Amino acid sequence: MLKINQLHKSYPIGDSSLHVLKGIDLEVETGEMVAIMGSSGSGKSTLLNIIGMLDEADSGDYILDGVPIKNLNEKKAAIYRNKFLGFIFQSFNLINYKNALENVALPLYYQGLKRKERLEKGKFHLQKVGLLDWAHHLPSELSGGQKQRIAIARALAADPKLLLADEPTGALDTKTSYEIMEFLQQLNDEGKTILIVTHEEDIAEMCKRVVRLRDGVIEEDKKVNQVRASQYV
Amino acid sequence: MIKFLFDIDTWQEVYDSMSKNKLRTFITMIGVWWGILLLIGLLGAARGMENSFNKLFGDFATNSVFMWAQSTSKPFKGFQEGKRVQVTLSDAQKIRDNVEGIEFVVPRNQNGSLVVRKFLSGNFTVAGDYPLFDKVQKKKMMNGRFINQNDIDDNKKVAVISDDIYKQLFEKDEQAVGEYIEINSINFTVIGVFEQGNIGMGDQIHIPFTTFQQIYNQGEQIGFMMITGKPEYDILQIEEDAKLLLKNLHRVHPEDKRAFGSFNLGEQFARLTGFLTGMQFLTWFVGIATLIAGVFAIGNILLITVKERTKEIGVRRALGATPFEIKRQIVVEAVFLTLVAGLMGIISGGWILIWLDSAFGQGEDATLINASVSIGIVFLALLILVTLGTLIGLIPAFKATSVKPIEALREE
Repeated sequence: MLKINQLHKSYPIGDSSLHVLKGIDLEVETGEMVAIMGSSGSGKSTLLNIIGMLDEADSGDYILDGVPIKNLNEKKAAIYRNKFLGFIFQSFNLINYKNALENVALPLYYQGLKRKERLEKGKFHLQKVGLLDWAHHLPSELSGGQKQRIAIARALAADPKLLLADEPTGALDTKTSYEIMEFLQQLNDEGKTILIVTHEEDIAEMCKRVVRLRDGVIEEDKKVNQVRASQYV
Repeated sequence: MIKFLFDIDTWQEVYDSMSKNKLRTFITMIGVWWGILLLIGLLGAARGMENSFNKLFGDFATNSVFMWAQSTSKPFKGFQEGKRVQVTLSDAQKIRDNVEGIEFVVPRNQNGSLVVRKFLSGNFTVAGDYPLFDKVQKKKMMNGRFINQNDIDDNKKVAVISDDIYKQLFEKDEQAVGEYIEINSINFTVIGVFEQGNIGMGDQIHIPFTTFQQIYNQGEQIGFMMITGKPEYDILQIEEDAKLLLKNLHRVHPEDKRAFGSFNLGEQFARLTGFLTGMQFLTWFVGIATLIAGVFAIGNILLITVKERTKEIGVRRALGATPFEIKRQIVVEAVFLTLVAGLMGIISGGWILIWLDSAFGQGEDATLINASVSIGIVFLALLILVTLGTLIGLIPAFKATSVKPIEALREE
């Protein structure tokens, strides 16, 4: 599904540069649920951004679903993002003047689907996250958990091969966090590959595999016994 | 691209991003609206002014010059300076036959006379005229007719009077044509009444040229002549040629500036036309400058909008929007804004013109006649607007996509 080989990335800071990723090797199989852990500055978000094609590595190989991701221009990157990836952000990043359904249907717009088709698909995914009744509400009228579920529905809308979640529970309380995790576990059970960046141990334990980053290298990579979120809810 | 323009989603996006901040959209549009309003208002007013000038000169051959004889200022061929010169009918004939580009030469005579009718009387200018005069200074006849060739041939004692004189010599609603008036104690039959134009020649009674010769004992002499040139000829050149010819005929020094006087109406008219052209240029300049300022205001606002929406644009790109799609959206927004504001400007500009017309365009001596803008100019202005809107929209569009999506997403 995903193969990363000797990935390096540094950011210029003034005259010097900060070496954030110092040779990452990572392989993720289809159907895995991986938590990428690490303290702030460990490079976990950078890694996720490179996997998400939002950022480009300085050197190293990255192969996603058999396609080498290299020297992408913006247009190609956009098409790949749309086709392969679903993003879930810490701050939800819903478009605040669009209602829930329109937000969910937005990736489909960029896929060139007809409006009717888009709204149908959007409704299907809203149903999936249990928020069909809220389809015509604006994000400002929704709670944090609801917003994140809308964001997940949006990430799912384009039927991506890989879900990338950047601190998906970072802005939520514990109970809501577990609800979101329960939902993500369900998606994983259905076969979706999910990558979650987090710094919370309990969230990481709800994944099937934990990759720990420290100072730009992988410190630990182990399979864990998944803790089901449903038992807390 | 065409499909994109007819896609409801395109406009949904435009509507969404505009209605998100109504005040900003409104203020932005005011700039362009004001610009095109000014352009149309000014152009219409300038056109109205031009029309009113044209009406003023309308019944007058503008490509013409008046010429008369005075006395010499230089000795020549044995004649001392100060010699009185007289132009005659044969001079007029020669000018018409020999000077290039002449359309008509109309000899005229004028004299002030006491005119009496029953118990009413007044001093008026009486002019001896040929029927040709009606060609160079079209008379609007209210009643009857102008002098014809018969009147000339038979030295008829007939007179054509202006409505002004009619009012002074006749009772209200009295029939003038066929009545007698007394000029220099000689009875004349009134054969026509004409409407005095805006530019009067001062003369208000026209009698046949030959009759004038007789009663004022003028012989072949003429007071002055009016020379009109064909439209494609330069009236100044005609004036020069005619004067030179007259100087030759009357043995006047070629450099003598005083012997023959003239008033070049064509030159004056050209000056006025030049003024109007200048005004139109100014109008365009001011209008378009204002328009450009308005379009820049739109660009500025869009730039701010884009800055505000950096994060949104980042999200869209994370969801798979290509830079082209983002740019396209922003440009469509810019063009739509300018177009709508422009159309509103055109409509309110039309109202301004209607108002101008009702306020200044009514009645006899209106200052602005038919203040209007041709539809072609309106479309041209609209085209300029759309072009500028597209160009100005490109600035924020490129700005929006120059930011990497990851940086855009990080923006808080």
